[in-house]
Amino acid sequence: MSSSDISVSVRGLSKSYTIAHDATQHTTVAEALLHRLKKPLPRTQKETFWALRDVSFDIPHGDVVGIIGRNGAGKSTLLKVLSRITEPTAGEIDLYGRVGSLLEVGTGFHPELTGRENIYLNGAILGMGRREIRKHFDAIVDFAGVEQFLDTPVKRYSSGMYVRLAFAVAAHLEPEIMIVDEVLAVGDTEFQKKCLGKMQDVAHSGRTVLFVSHNMAAVSNLCSSCILLQGGQLSHYGPTEEVIDRYLTAASHGRQNTNALIQGFRPSWARPLITSARLLDSQGQEQISFSLGSDVTLELTFDTQNGPELKAPVMGVIINHATLGIAGGVNTRMSDFWATDGPYGTGILRCHLKRLPLLQGQYSIDLWLGDGPVDLDCLTGYLSLHIEDTDVYGTGRTPFAHMGMVYLEPQWQMVAL
Amino acid sequence: MSNVLNKAQTPHLSIRPAPGWQALNVRELWQFRDLLITLAGRDVKLRYRQTALGVLWVVMQPLLAAGIFSFVFGKVAKLPSDGVPYFLFAYAGLLGWTAFANTLGKASTCLVQNSHLVSKVFFPRLVLPLSTVFSTMIDFSVAFVMLLVMMASYHIAPHLGLLLLPVWLALLVMLAVGVGLYAAALTVSYRDVQYVMPVLLQFLLYASPVSYAVSAVPPHWRHLYFLNPLSGLLEAFRWSVLGHGAVPWGSVAYAAVLALAVFLMGAFAFKKMERRFADVI
Repeated sequence: MSSSDISVSVRGLSKSYTIAHDATQHTTVAEALLHRLKKPLPRTQKETFWALRDVSFDIPHGDVVGIIGRNGAGKSTLLKVLSRITEPTAGEIDLYGRVGSLLEVGTGFHPELTGRENIYLNGAILGMGRREIRKHFDAIVDFAGVEQFLDTPVKRYSSGMYVRLAFAVAAHLEPEIMIVDEVLAVGDTEFQKKCLGKMQDVAHSGRTVLFVSHNMAAVSNLCSSCILLQGGQLSHYGPTEEVIDRYLTAASHGRQNTNALIQGFRPSWARPLITSARLLDSQGQEQISFSLGSDVTLELTFDTQNGPELKAPVMGVIINHATLGIAGGVNTRMSDFWATDGPYGTGILRCHLKRLPLLQGQYSIDLWLGDGPVDLDCLTGYLSLHIEDTDVYGTGRTPFAHMGMVYLEPQWQMVAL
Repeated sequence: MSNVLNKAQTPHLSIRPAPGWQALNVRELWQFRDLLITLAGRDVKLRYRQTALGVLWVVMQPLLAAGIFSFVFGKVAKLPSDGVPYFLFAYAGLLGWTAFANTLGKASTCLVQNSHLVSKVFFPRLVLPLSTVFSTMIDFSVAFVMLLVMMASYHIAPHLGLLLLPVWLALLVMLAVGVGLYAAALTVSYRDVQYVMPVLLQFLLYASPVSYAVSAVPPHWRHLYFLNPLSGLLEAFRWSVLGHGAVPWGSVAYAAVLALAVFLMGAFAFKKMERRFADVI
C-alpha cells in the first residue's frame, strides 16, 4: 500500500484516564481547598486506566471498516480520539480527507426549535456549512418524511419522527472520512432498513467509513474489514467474517468463569447475579461446538449473595446468528415453567433444547435472569455456540450455509397429474 | 500529475498529544463561523420562544430596571445624576452594564449548558463562548434604538462622542468574554463557579457607576473605585450617550489595557484547559 492510498493512519495510539481513589476527587472548590490545606503535598492514590493502548493500523481510501469488541474494549474512546473530541495521551493519527463524525443521532437538537431550524442547527454542529445544508435540505426532509411538520417544534414530534429527522441530517453529511458510532439501533425496523440502505450507499460511494456496532449483522453487511479491540488493544484487523468469527470464539475459548470477565457482557442496568454460564451436550459435558441437530443444554448459575432471594426465578435465552440477526428466543414465562420451591438464594437453571434446528455457523447467546415479572440480570453474547456442518440428511451432503440459519427437515412428494 | 494535485488538495489532519500552552487557531475558528452564527441564532430564537411579549422583553428588562433605579436612587435616596433625568441616566448606564453582565453570564455557563455537544462533537470550543457575543449585540441594538427614542422625547440631542460608543462597548464585551472564558473553563471541573458568578455580578453592579454617578462616590474613595475597570468604561459610555461629565481618560486607558490582557489570558487559559473538557464535563 503506497502512502497516498491511506486515508487513516494510526500509530501507537494510547489514551489513559486517571481515576482518583478515596476522597481525592473534588467536585467543589471548597473540598479541593480543604484538602490542600490538610495535605499541602498531596500524595493521592491515583490509578491510570488505559482505555486504549498502543493501537496502530492503516485504513486505505474507500474502505468500510467495522470496529467491534465488548463493552469497555475501547471502541468509543477510539472514535472520540479520531474525531478530535478528546486528545490522545500518546501516539499519532493522520487523517487524509475531511472528517465527519456521528457519535450520536440528533446531537444538539433542541426541543423548542422547529424541524427546519433543527436541520440547520444540527447540520452546522456536524460540520456542514449553510450552503451545503441548503443544497441537501429537500433531500433531508424527504428522507425523514416530515414535510408537514417542518415548522412545528420538535418537542411535539413523535419519537419516531424525531429520530428520522436526526438521522436524515447526519446521513447527508459528505465527508471523505466518516466516523459512525452505534447509530442504527434507533427507530422502527422499517426505518432501520432505510438507514442501513443509506449507510450502504455511503459505503459504496468510495468514502472511508469507520463503523462501531454490536450488531454483527449490520457490520458484516456493511464492512469489508474489521478491527477487533480487546481491553484497549488491537487484537485483530482483517476481513470481516474472519474477525467476527474470532470475536465470537474468543469469548468462549480458554475462558475462566471469572466475574470480571462476565461483567464485560453485562449491560449497565443489570445486577450481577449470574455467576457462570455454559453449554452442555446430551452427556452433560461442556462444549462450545455442536453438530447440526444435536441436543443443546444452556445452563446458568446464579447467586443472590446478600441481596433478596428469588421467589420465582425466570430464565430467558436469545440465540443470535453471527451475521443474520436473531435466530430465536424463549423464556420460562412464555413456555409456562415456574420454579415454585423458592425462594432461592442460589441455584442452577437449565434450558434443554432438543434437536436444535440451527444451520451451521457461529451464534452468540444472550442469557436473561429474572424474578417473576422483573428482569434482573442479563449477559449479552457471553456464550457462543458453533454449529458444525454435519451430514444430517445422511446423503453425504451438508445443508448450504448460505441458506439462512434454520435447518429444515423436509419430506418430499411428487404427484404426477 | 493528477495524483499529485489530488494529494495537495486533500486536507491532511494530524492529531498529536499537545501538552502545555497552545497558539490560538484563528483559521480554524473562521472555518467554523457558520456554527458560531447558527449557535448565536439558536440562543436568540430560544430566549423568547413561548413568551407572549417576545422581543419586547429585550426593551422591557432595562426599562423596568431603570424605573426601579430611578425610584430608589433618584427619588428615595436622592443621588445626583449630573443634571440628566434620572430615568434616562440609569437607562444609559444599564445599557452598558447589561452588555457586560449578559455576556459574562452567558459565556461562563455556555460549556456546561452545551455539555452534550462538548462530549459528542468536535468543534473549536472557543466557538461557544464567542457565540454569546452575538445575542448580546442584538439585545444591545434593540435597547439602543429605544434609548434614541427616549432621548428624542427628553429633547437631548446626540453629540459627537457617540462615535466612540462602539469602542467602549467593544472593551466592555472583551472584558466580559475574557472573564467568561476563564469562568467557563473552571465550571467544567468546579460547578461552584455557577453559584459564584451571580454574587460577583451583583457586587459589581453596585461597585460600578450604573445606578448612580461617580460624583456620588466620596473623593477619597475614588482611587479604589477606579480600580474596577467597569467604572471608567461605564463613565465613558454614559458620556458618549448623554454628553455629560467627562471621559476619565486615565481610567479608560487602564481599563482598555486590562480588558485586552484579561481577554488574552482568558483565551489562552481556555485553550490550555480545553483538551480536558470532553473527559471531565
